[in-house]
Amino acid sequence: MEQVAITERLRAEFPDEILSSYCNQGQTAVIVRPGRIVEMLRWLRDSDGMRMNHLRSLCGVDNARRKDPGLSRFEVVYNLYSIPLRHEIRLRAEVGDKDPAIDSVVGLWSGADWLERETYDLMGIHFNNHPDLRRVLLPEDWVGHPLRKEYPLKGKVEWAGMTELLEQVKELDKFGFDPEGHAHGQAGQDQEEEE
Amino acid sequence: MTSPTQQTLEVPVADGEGERYSLRMGPQHPATHGVLRVDLELDGETIIECKPQVGYLHRGFEKLAENRTYAQALILTDRLDYIAAMANNVGYCLAVEKLLGISVPLRAKYIRTLVCEMSRLCSHLLWLATHALDIGAMTVFLYCFREREILLDLFEELCGARLTFSYPRIGGVRQDVTSHFINELQRFLDIFPSKIEEYETLIDTNRIWLKRTVGVGKLSGEEALALGLTGACLRGSGVDYDLRKHQPYDAYDQVEFEVPLGSDGDIYARYRCRMEEMHQSARIIQQCIDQLPPGPIIGPDAPDLVMPNKIPARIEADSSAYGTGLIRLIRDRTPYLTGDVYVATEVPKGELGFYFISDGNNRPYRMHIRSPSFIHIGALAAIAKGELIADLIANIGSLDVVLGESDR
Repeated sequence: MEQVAITERLRAEFPDEILSSYCNQGQTAVIVRPGRIVEMLRWLRDSDGMRMNHLRSLCGVDNARRKDPGLSRFEVVYNLYSIPLRHEIRLRAEVGDKDPAIDSVVGLWSGADWLERETYDLMGIHFNNHPDLRRVLLPEDWVGHPLRKEYPLKGKVEWAGMTELLEQVKELDKFGFDPEGHAHGQAGQDQEEEE
Repeated sequence: MTSPTQQTLEVPVADGEGERYSLRMGPQHPATHGVLRVDLELDGETIIECKPQVGYLHRGFEKLAENRTYAQALILTDRLDYIAAMANNVGYCLAVEKLLGISVPLRAKYIRTLVCEMSRLCSHLLWLATHALDIGAMTVFLYCFREREILLDLFEELCGARLTFSYPRIGGVRQDVTSHFINELQRFLDIFPSKIEEYETLIDTNRIWLKRTVGVGKLSGEEALALGLTGACLRGSGVDYDLRKHQPYDAYDQVEFEVPLGSDGDIYARYRCRMEEMHQSARIIQQCIDQLPPGPIIGPDAPDLVMPNKIPARIEADSSAYGTGLIRLIRDRTPYLTGDVYVATEVPKGELGFYFISDGNNRPYRMHIRSPSFIHIGALAAIAKGELIADLIANIGSLDVVLGESDR
């Protein structure tokens, strides 16, 4: 089906949910409200003429520094593709700044489980009714969500456990296994001599 | 007379019910193909619950790419699926080209198709080698490495690297192929089909191989789709989804090939799919060599390796339109288009997708990588549940995951 026709049918089915739509480089995207996202995706997956049975990707976007006006702070982007009918569409669901949350689509595609966990982990967007919303790539005790724009690329302070680790290394060096007889002090001296 | 060992040997026996125990497999386990950890709940040898844990190799590529120019971020994609880095490079370049509206000359398209398929062969050979090793067929390992070595040598001749190529550029490729390269590749193609048959004679009808693979890790087409599996894992379940046919990129619409499909959806079906794919890849490479057109290898509007954020105002003599003597002022402009695109390519592991947002800068505003391995590992829990622990190893091998791509 033509991409414009998909948008039109989607608009006819969910008139209040669609905020705007556009086409970029031959790809159509629709910006939608988050409230009925599961219903919309179910309709796109199951209805005749759509049959978008493949969830290609799901990711979060932080719009904090984006130049386009009028966008909400976060959005969750769904890329759908229909394997039998060979057409695609992109849904961008707007999510607010405060306690960003959207309904989970694990009930539709079980493979969305890890994609939503990843979005939660890196972007800090909550997924309601998700069976097991934990961090997936970062350690459980990580603070912050790295893909948010305010998250620094490089930390200003050393990792809290670093001093402790260095102490431990020093402690273990006392019993050090040193096959070639280069203790740490000696190695330092060698370098100085070379310089 | 009985020996003392027989008398004193006491083996703890599980009494059938409630004898659960947990086992942590990995991250340093040779059969997990990298640093994958699987937390298992077992009843005897049956898996009750399987929780894969990833992230040991997380390097934050999506964050890093936001802080590098498009040309610089290319090298990050080498480190995704380091077994088939060329396919990642090409996928990345295609996405940036679509995002910024850059055209690629025909010769570069053919060269890219050619190297992509060589990459697929590399990946499938390594997969076959390790998968067979995991489930006990040791001989195939070195057979596959022998042929993979030829391909890696060819890559080295082409671009100087054996694993992390960064050979394609946004708008083309970095260097042209030499006639020596083509001749060597032709020699490889002449012998390669017989080599595939050699592997097949070793394992195709091997009774142990069949026992380990037929009917194990079964997935129906609907299940595989819901789990998000792509590539040979999905085609093994009979779903005809190959992006080279569905949304042809580069020169894939110029060459003839078939997409092998399985029907049973078990490990054996996926194995057969990948073996057939190797034949098809060799066929595509042959056609690329035969049809390779002359011409430039990089487009006129391809960005330089240094990508300025703004092209400064300049005054230039315009001799073409109004005759000589006229000058015109070209104002400050941002040379990059804005918008968002999702471009997916068929890499050896499945569908590798890049979702880009550009806001006119020389850096992507957001880059999301849809990596097949991440989704495949996520699906492992559902596939392995209720099966034996030995089959878990076979399943991991069959899903063909690489952790560099999964963790990004």
